[in-house]
Amino acid sequence: MGTRNYRRKTSHSEPGAGDGGRTGSWRVERPVLNPELCIPCKRNKEACFICWLFCPEVVISRTIPPQIDLTYCKGCGICAEECPTKAITMMDEALFSAKAKE
Amino acid sequence: MHVIENGNVAAALGVKLCRAGVIAAYPITPQTPVTEKLSEYVESGELQAQYIPVESEHSALAVCIAASSAGARVFTATSANGLLYKHEQVQWAAGARLPIVMAVVNRAVGAPWNVWNDQQDSISQRDTGWIQIYCADHQQILDSVIKAYWLAEKASLPIMVCYDGYILSHTYMPFDLPEQEKVDAFLPPYRPDYALDPDQPANLNTVTLPDVRMDVRGELAHGYMEIRCLLHEDMRKFLQTVAEAEERFSRIFGRSENPYLEPYRCDDADHIAVGLGSITYQLRVCVDALRSEGVKVGVMGVRLYRPFPDRAIAEALKGKKRVMVFEKALSYGYEGALYSDLKSALYEHLAGTGSLPAVQNFIAGIGGRDIRTQELTDALRFAAQGHTAPEPVWIGLKL
Repeated sequence: MGTRNYRRKTSHSEPGAGDGGRTGSWRVERPVLNPELCIPCKRNKEACFICWLFCPEVVISRTIPPQIDLTYCKGCGICAEECPTKAITMMDEALFSAKAKE
Repeated sequence: MHVIENGNVAAALGVKLCRAGVIAAYPITPQTPVTEKLSEYVESGELQAQYIPVESEHSALAVCIAASSAGARVFTATSANGLLYKHEQVQWAAGARLPIVMAVVNRAVGAPWNVWNDQQDSISQRDTGWIQIYCADHQQILDSVIKAYWLAEKASLPIMVCYDGYILSHTYMPFDLPEQEKVDAFLPPYRPDYALDPDQPANLNTVTLPDVRMDVRGELAHGYMEIRCLLHEDMRKFLQTVAEAEERFSRIFGRSENPYLEPYRCDDADHIAVGLGSITYQLRVCVDALRSEGVKVGVMGVRLYRPFPDRAIAEALKGKKRVMVFEKALSYGYEGALYSDLKSALYEHLAGTGSLPAVQNFIAGIGGRDIRTQELTDALRFAAQGHTAPEPVWIGLKL
């Protein structure tokens, strides 16, 4: 199955998730959220959302708890850097693939 | 209507007749009069177009890329180092599949600085994904511009219309100027599949991954390699499109030509001289002189250089004794680019058939060095007598 019959012959992307490809595969480190430290989780209120605000890929939701879309998260670590309570930790992606294999 | 004008005006008249909507160019000798003439047409209202002055050739083509993406019919023109300065945008226009028409008024490239004619500028852009058409007189310049718009828009490919600086750009020659109604009948208004539209926002030609991807509609979209392969495939298909354009042109304008090659006294010739542009008309004088000496020689101009009409060339040269390729450019460290391409076509189509001609490369007119007809005739006679050299022979060199 190829792209022979695709409607365009150029690179033409429209607004929407993932039109730059599945960039989650670029990730070396994965952001992991600890709800015990996360402000909206602790208070059960719409608050903080600094991670949502700073994520350059728009893959963090403004929800309780914030959800990170790992299909497109490139693992840049900005969310972990900006979180005022250090609720997000960047963890080696290899740990997760090793777990998956077990 | 017959007019007597110079080659640059012939190009500008073609652009006017095609109703280009956006013109952006930066002046460089010997191209400058094309853009001056077009700015006059725009200023006087003869041509309803936006003339956008820019600070460089790179910007000129960037303006054309943007305007073409917005659905405008666009034109630019340049020469020599101006073309080289555009090079990054030249590649871009091809990958973006924009039907831009650009006149390249051939001139030598620096260093050292030189404003005279050779063809190193456009030949150095051979591998960019642009169509290259070469002209040998003013009628061809005018007609090629008109055909180029139809072809570019049909094939979604940018086209360079190349003609020799001074020899064609600044000399006066009579040519037929077609009526506007005929050009309008030949060339409908440009209607692209997609033009920039705030109601349908899109990113054009952004980072495209090595592999294919799902687009936002869930359809499998091309990766970079697929887009580039389609560019190549459509360049090859252009060999048919150009024949279609010729048929359409002849129906409306009542004149036609071979879109690939322009042969002169080739049918019964044993030896064929091959070249690009005005040198092929000068070679006709040499051919006539040698014919009167009993040497059966002809000359064949290559009109379409990219895509390369390999099959038509091999067919035309099949069974000839010798082929002499005269070039005003070369791939430094090897030989003339046309010569390499021609040999490749002969090998591809004639190897093993027993009808492969012997070949010889000549380099002439580099940096505007006078090409004397006598020297050209002597070179042709020498090669026709069977003399060969392992390297390209430089005509008129004073080393």
